[in-house]
Amino acid sequence: MASKPKKPRKKHALSTRIWHWVNVVSVTILFMSGLNISNGHRRLYWGDWGFASEHAWLEVPRFPGWATIPGHYSLATARDWHVIFAWVFALGLLFFMVRALMNGHFRRDLFTKLAEWRPKNVWHDIVEHLKFNFEHEGVKFNFLQKVAYSGVIFVVLPLMIFTGMVMSPGAEAAVPWLGDLLGGRQSARSIHFICAFLLLAFFVVHIALVLLSGPIKQVRDMITGGKIDEEA
Amino acid sequence: MKRRNFLVALGATFVAGCDAISDSKIFGSLVETAGNWHRGIHRALGVGRITMAPEFTRADISPFFRGNGSLEVDSDAYRASAANGFADWRLSITGLVDNELSLSMDEIRALPQRTQITRHDCVEGWSAIGEWTGPQLSSILEMAGVQEGARFAVFRCADNLNGADYYESCDMDDAFHPQTVVAHQLNGEALPVLNGAPLRLRLERQLGYKHAKYLTGVELVASLDDIEGGRGGYWEDRAGYQWYAGI
Repeated sequence: MASKPKKPRKKHALSTRIWHWVNVVSVTILFMSGLNISNGHRRLYWGDWGFASEHAWLEVPRFPGWATIPGHYSLATARDWHVIFAWVFALGLLFFMVRALMNGHFRRDLFTKLAEWRPKNVWHDIVEHLKFNFEHEGVKFNFLQKVAYSGVIFVVLPLMIFTGMVMSPGAEAAVPWLGDLLGGRQSARSIHFICAFLLLAFFVVHIALVLLSGPIKQVRDMITGGKIDEEA
Repeated sequence: MKRRNFLVALGATFVAGCDAISDSKIFGSLVETAGNWHRGIHRALGVGRITMAPEFTRADISPFFRGNGSLEVDSDAYRASAANGFADWRLSITGLVDNELSLSMDEIRALPQRTQITRHDCVEGWSAIGEWTGPQLSSILEMAGVQEGARFAVFRCADNLNGADYYESCDMDDAFHPQTVVAHQLNGEALPVLNGAPLRLRLERQLGYKHAKYLTGVELVASLDDIEGGRGGYWEDRAGYQWYAGI
């Protein structure tokens, strides 16, 4: 690992771009096949067990065919998609994390500095966002972006994998402490569901901000890598 | 409204594409490969030790143990046997064994017993916790003597669901797993009919549909290809559920 991150030549590293587009496919498929799986049993519980409405903390709606993979209710086929793309997603995340540690992306762009957490800075960032001013004053990401991206990369995405493992009886037998840590299998299932919708919320905001900040350039840069902004 | 229509159309197109892929042969072999990878890594994660499903305390037992699939066996013979306390029920051990066995309930109860409080996870998503008692399948198989070439244990059942006999299977690793038990008790009482009386397999590192109820026989085989639909289980044959249900 380099002691001091080198200044990158491109706005987005090749590994970041590959991971981004692989995720467009894998996360979409995981989410939509997940909605089909959810239709198999629509109640969510806390703790280790639960099977009836009186144990549930939430009963989610039945998701329509146009939003699920496959387009009709089939728990078996939906699980097939989920099980295949779980590998694509997990190995992709691992690949990205290793590369981002090596090329300094995490340290340079994603980790927040203590000073950034000062209320004045946070408020300033919120106000600038509301004004749709996305100038970053020399750094790649502003505070809110760092928090959102770090939250997804270091909390939500790993939680999806760990809660998924706890729901798998074969995996849980191998790492039983993970089940205890996450509060039991049904808690893991609830967290898995909540995180899926946090990812959907992230996706909606992400798309909205791309559309507001020059979508053609943004998409082009995520394909070709783009150039570093002059002042950076 | 227009944007929503666009999203629905986009979703539907994507879904239609995925549906076409779902039916392809390549997709089927990918599923199998992914399943084998999961099974391999689940066992490898134990780094040399036998991975064990979590066991719980009596305080964790759920107030009721939900039944799913067949909730009874719809035959006069079964009802007569139930009325008689299953005194005539027998478990056969056949196939690639040195000595085929036919065990009575008394013989099964006389074997060394294992009691375990485990969680039952249905493929649909719900879970229930119960205390199971019965001999380990490994001790029964050792009595029969496993022949070389036996690769799978096939579990035969008395129930017929939607016109097909229920059955299941697992590899020898799971068949000899310490928590793989032929249970005749649930929560200290004789197994209720809805949970598979008088005998039910417990295969704790896999989902509920693998835990065959109304067990009548265990058959050791070299291949699953010629058994029923060839996919290793009732739900696997009927609806395409994964044979390795550790996921």
